[in-house]
Amino acid sequence: MADPKYAAYVCKGCGIGERIDADQSAKIAEKEGKIALVRQHEFLCNAEGVALIRSDIEKEGVTHVAIAACSRRAKTEAFEFPGVALARANLREGVIWVRPDTAEARETTQEMADDYVRMACAELKKMKVPAGNPETGRSKRILVVGGGVSGLTAAVEARNTGYEVVLVEKQAQLGGWAAKLWKRIPEREPHAAPVDTGVQALIDAVTQDAGIRVYTNATLAQTSGAPGRFKASIAVESGSTATEEVGAIVQATGFSLYDMNRLPELGAGKSPNVMDQAGLESLARKAAPKGLPIRRPSDGGEVKRVVFVQCAGQRDDTGKHLPYCSGYCCNTSIKQAMYFKDANPAVDTVVIYTDLRVPGNGEDFYRSAQKKGVTFTKGSVTGVEASGDTCRVSFRDLILDEDASIEAADLVVLATGQVANAGVDIDNPQATDANGTKPISILNLDYRQGKDLPKLSHGFADSHFICFPYETRRTGIYAAGPVRRPMDIAQAKEDATGAVLKAIQAAENAELGRAAHPRSGDLSFPIVQLEGCTQCKRCTVECPFGAIDEDEKTYPVFNESRCRRCGTCMGACPVRVISFENYSVDSVGAQIKAVDIPDEFSEKPRILVLACENDAYPALDMAGMQRNHYSAFVRVIPVRCLGSVNTSWIIDALNGGYDGVMMMGCKHGDDYQCHFVKGSELANSRMSKISETLKTMALETERVATYEVAITDIKRLPVLIGDYAKVIEKIGLSPMKGFA
Amino acid sequence: MGAPGEFNLAALARYGNDFLAEVEERVEEGEWVKMCMQCGVCAGSCPFGPDWEHSPQKIFMMIRAGKRDEVLASDSMWMCTSCYNCVVRCPRKLPITQIMHGLAAYAHRLGLAPKMQPTRRWSLLFWDNCTKTGRVNELKLTLGLYFMDGIVAGFKQAWTLRNIGLGMLLAKRLNPFELIRGHECKDKAGIHRMLKKAAEIEARKRGFAKP
Repeated sequence: MADPKYAAYVCKGCGIGERIDADQSAKIAEKEGKIALVRQHEFLCNAEGVALIRSDIEKEGVTHVAIAACSRRAKTEAFEFPGVALARANLREGVIWVRPDTAEARETTQEMADDYVRMACAELKKMKVPAGNPETGRSKRILVVGGGVSGLTAAVEARNTGYEVVLVEKQAQLGGWAAKLWKRIPEREPHAAPVDTGVQALIDAVTQDAGIRVYTNATLAQTSGAPGRFKASIAVESGSTATEEVGAIVQATGFSLYDMNRLPELGAGKSPNVMDQAGLESLARKAAPKGLPIRRPSDGGEVKRVVFVQCAGQRDDTGKHLPYCSGYCCNTSIKQAMYFKDANPAVDTVVIYTDLRVPGNGEDFYRSAQKKGVTFTKGSVTGVEASGDTCRVSFRDLILDEDASIEAADLVVLATGQVANAGVDIDNPQATDANGTKPISILNLDYRQGKDLPKLSHGFADSHFICFPYETRRTGIYAAGPVRRPMDIAQAKEDATGAVLKAIQAAENAELGRAAHPRSGDLSFPIVQLEGCTQCKRCTVECPFGAIDEDEKTYPVFNESRCRRCGTCMGACPVRVISFENYSVDSVGAQIKAVDIPDEFSEKPRILVLACENDAYPALDMAGMQRNHYSAFVRVIPVRCLGSVNTSWIIDALNGGYDGVMMMGCKHGDDYQCHFVKGSELANSRMSKISETLKTMALETERVATYEVAITDIKRLPVLIGDYAKVIEKIGLSPMKGFA
Repeated sequence: MGAPGEFNLAALARYGNDFLAEVEERVEEGEWVKMCMQCGVCAGSCPFGPDWEHSPQKIFMMIRAGKRDEVLASDSMWMCTSCYNCVVRCPRKLPITQIMHGLAAYAHRLGLAPKMQPTRRWSLLFWDNCTKTGRVNELKLTLGLYFMDGIVAGFKQAWTLRNIGLGMLLAKRLNPFELIRGHECKDKAGIHRMLKKAAEIEARKRGFAKP
């Protein structure tokens, strides 16, 4: 690449020209920012302004552009110059819109604008145009693990989009649980009666498609590589191993039913007439195709009364059974009650529930069952006792608040829930699942972080539950169906479709050397200067995505295709040897140093705000759009994730005379909203340890504060900033000024 | 109408312990009871909520649980003031007010309704008054209500409201001669024939013995 040539443009549109002295800002860019080519423009984002920049790039050979105008989130299409490094000074949303237009505010507003120009120029000097990940893989085949409804749907949808599929199923037959059902819950109008499962058509579509290679009786012996170049070793029945190269993986390994033998109090194991929902399906599959009624298993007697017990071993707060609701079982019991009512309305069917939960169009299905005469009783079952060929179901009536019972039930069906088949718990490989069995690994990943996907909660496979449901912490591997949360067939199909499209995107991005979600298309990737590395392993341990392996000498080995470009490794690194071409310890550090710090007696504190660019920074921008004013003493730097914040920035800022540092990241904890899952949590724990450092610097602990901020905190943020400014005013300005 | 006791025994013989089926066939709008989803909005909406023994939600649950005696002897459905709040709010669109009145009427027909329940007595008073001549005789109806609980109570009530009565008299809203011979519908016999026919139709539809 030729020598870098820097240019800066100061826009005077949108009222910037009236509120701040653009000549002064331009002079600062030239003198302090040492930018060779500085121009002012009345309306930079119009065709003429953009053409001016383009012509400078072409004719003057400009390689680095700083634009002092609106937020980096605005006018992104107008200011898109491929191959050129770009820094933005946010004079509109970040300065004039958050400051009152008064004579006394003019001076501090101008200082704010000048600092943002300085920061943009400083950042620009440290930026390189990202070249893209050279370690690209070219495979775009999709590996689908699991041949149930989710897996089959994923395979079919991938084919419909034009991608080849390798499907691995552990059982001898495809179809999973759905193939064991007599009928399924309807998904179309009028939602009145059970319908055909449609699973055979799905199986046929998969087996007859030459673009889908199906392995049955097969498991994954090992999975290695990264998006675009995963290598899957598939152990087949004969004992041999097939190797397939794939671009991305959909894990649709489904669920096991919660073992009803763990519920002896509900009569399980005491009588063959007490069964789980799968047991009733198998009875229905034996009888119904021949047009025969379902009979009592114990003696083949006529069935006159069936009791369905909802939430059997589910929504349990004693810690003995599943704590969650599986979401599909109310509809399934309604469907099974209809098996009886549709054949013979004289059969008495009672569904005992505590809360009937019928997702989707289940309300219509529920109503249809009521019309057919299925009785719904709100109660919680306390016991099922078998005597002879019938059972007595005791329950607490929750409406009438009294103990009640149903005598002479010929069949009792327990609605047990779903337990995810999510492989081993990578944090505790010896742990058993909710059924008490020790799971075996499904993916057998050769990652240092463990053999399977991390688990989110209750043993379900990882999912960015609140924001991006199919995303897991293993790039290029997507969880779909009941393995990631309990669900029914309709939801599983939708889930599989979504997940496989994400898988396709991951494979496509991998080929181009770009990041996958959420920085989709980003060409930068972490570069490590190994000569400085101390093998401390913090980056390998803290990477939320398992992107970093270790070599024999415990040096980190980056797998760029697995990386999401959050910069958590950069934030973790104590010796600052990890950086991105356009985002590094230096590029942010230079911005921090560029700010002009007034002296101790000026009564003008400087507060550094490190704001997550996904939530906090847009919220600050929106505060500007709504003209919610805040202090002129803050200087905001957007960061990719709070996890990328290196402690050295904080120390440098405080040494440099800043009076306080506000860190704004996303919600962490169980219901995290961090785009990078662990970033804000890690930042929080790192910052909890910073108070020691502050004490050694003889500074107050209040000088560093961490906040959880959501994108909706448009009104709250100016208040937070105001409150923090008051805190700084109270403890006084930093004594560290003037030494840097 | 046959003797109440007899009628009840016949109903029991016909439906056994399937009270829901009995309600569905014999109670006005009774076929809606099975559609209740036990959300409790009716119970929360009723302005008389705290004064009932059983809310509509509970009444429906009791019907499904086969609690025949408790439902029919309950005074709950007699407490309904027909404000229709529950009907407006019911997410399942159940005609709850109508069902309540249907249940009350059915309980009365069976002879199981609470004898001294004031609403039941007032209803009878009104029905007799209205059907006799085809027109409501307001003076007789009012006096009937005053003296429902005996002569002393009646005079006390009349004394309390004397000013209103006097006012109505002066405004010609109250004609004392109505007490002797009230005005009647032109075709009284026709009204009686119509009511008889309606009773026949009801009996045929609901499976009651012929009136």
